[in-house]
Amino acid sequence: MEVVFQLLLSGISQGCVYGLIALGFVLIYKATEMVNFAQGEIMMLGAFFAFTFISILELNFFLAVAATIVSMAICGALLERVVLRPMIGEPPFSVLMLTIGLGFLLRAIAGAVWGSEPKSLSAPYTGGVFNVSGVIIGYENLVIIAGTALLCSLLFVFFKFSRLGIAMQAASQNQLAAYYVGIPVKRIYSMVWALSAAISAVAGILVAPVSLIDPLMGFIGIKAFAAAIVGGFGSLPGAIVGGLIIGIVEQFASLYLPPGFSDVTAYVILLLMLLIRPEGIFATMQRKKV
Amino acid sequence: MSMLELTNIETYYGPIMAIRGISMQIEENQITVVLGANGAGKTTVLKTICGAMDPQKGKIKFDDQEIAKQDPDQIARRGIGHVPEGREVFPFLTVAENLKMGAFSRSDGDVDQDLDTVYEYFPILKEKHHQQAGFLSGGQQQMLAIGRALMLRPRLMLLDEPSLGLSPRLVHKITEIIKRLNTEQQMTILLVEQNAKMALDIGDYGYVMELGRIVMEDTCERLRTATDIQEFYLGMKDEGVRGRRRWKHRKTWR
Repeated sequence: MEVVFQLLLSGISQGCVYGLIALGFVLIYKATEMVNFAQGEIMMLGAFFAFTFISILELNFFLAVAATIVSMAICGALLERVVLRPMIGEPPFSVLMLTIGLGFLLRAIAGAVWGSEPKSLSAPYTGGVFNVSGVIIGYENLVIIAGTALLCSLLFVFFKFSRLGIAMQAASQNQLAAYYVGIPVKRIYSMVWALSAAISAVAGILVAPVSLIDPLMGFIGIKAFAAAIVGGFGSLPGAIVGGLIIGIVEQFASLYLPPGFSDVTAYVILLLMLLIRPEGIFATMQRKKV
Repeated sequence: MSMLELTNIETYYGPIMAIRGISMQIEENQITVVLGANGAGKTTVLKTICGAMDPQKGKIKFDDQEIAKQDPDQIARRGIGHVPEGREVFPFLTVAENLKMGAFSRSDGDVDQDLDTVYEYFPILKEKHHQQAGFLSGGQQQMLAIGRALMLRPRLMLLDEPSLGLSPRLVHKITEIIKRLNTEQQMTILLVEQNAKMALDIGDYGYVMELGRIVMEDTCERLRTATDIQEFYLGMKDEGVRGRRRWKHRKTWR
């Protein structure tokens, strides 16, 4: 029984990370109809930024977290402005190739700047554990879950009640109409990229203490992409739920299935989902009118 | 001086020339109507004015300032509201959120007051203010689109076929509202319509377009009595001796 709880817990915390990166995918896709395959690399960059602020510049932890989020948001907006805005109106495939290339570029840059040997990030809460009747809960995992929950509620409030949040939804639902009512759609796109990069940065900060930071850590972006599809590409809650499903199943697969299976579970779930319910769990997509 | 002045506008869809040199003057406090068949380029004119499409040639002056090639949101901020063809509401936002988005570019505190004004014009929107806009009927969505444009407090309102797909009763209602906006709020209106009777009834000045050109312009009063208009747009034709029309009399500008 303890084993089940243990797996469930680590599955949830791993799933939260997938979910956060998936959230970045979905946000950008909903707003701009581009799929940003460099989302995992943006998370990796966020982790390296956090490493720089905490271990190299030795800032206070909370200050460093804030600095990471802000600087990654700026990076996201810059990426949109410099790299992706000229691609507006180009075929989706070119944009896709561009973002894949961007991923390679970011990996190479990270390798050149910080080196390719794995680094560990020490947060003030690293190493502590709760022991609840045999189930061992690491503080890091708790922080991941709490951080994700907090971020999700903030995002919910932002999209539900703030003028800017509603304008972001409006721009993603009907771009032309958003223009007609005076919403500066291009600036909104930059802000969506900033938000998405900031969320990925949070994912990077949260995951850094449990895994190691290296330029290849961004590859979990592919699993997060699977999570976004399972949740119904285009649904924000779906991204988190999809992430949790993949995270949890992966943990159980690592124990109950032969070794090696846990790495492919994300894709097995993805394939099953596409067979059974191709629109995903939370299908909100409306068929586009021509 | 006219409020909006188009001079020799040419607009292309890729290689296809949709607007072939158009000049128009829209006078303040008037209802100007643009008539024309499908594909005449009426909608393209509106899209060119509001910045969704850029003219290849020509000038667009609003309040004597050049607005061609600006982004649509900047043009909207100058006070040009646009009710696009096919309503184009934000389907997953509520009615109230849709209306509030209409006032996005405004920072004054009168937004709530204007919301009441819109609800007063369209009581059904107040009733359904909590519903998702995508679930409204076509007529209600049209009202929402007009209300949303009103929230911008525009000085010039562009209306693209507001009667499209509506029942005669709703067409009548929308017509009433357009007239009221013109008289009560002193709003200048540019109305594009296929429903020529309705348009000529409320309009002050009219343009007739065909294949991207203006082929006729006059006051609506005179347009109503012009024989070509009666024949092509109002469906009144003088019948020949045997109850048939003679092809000799068929006229086209093509």
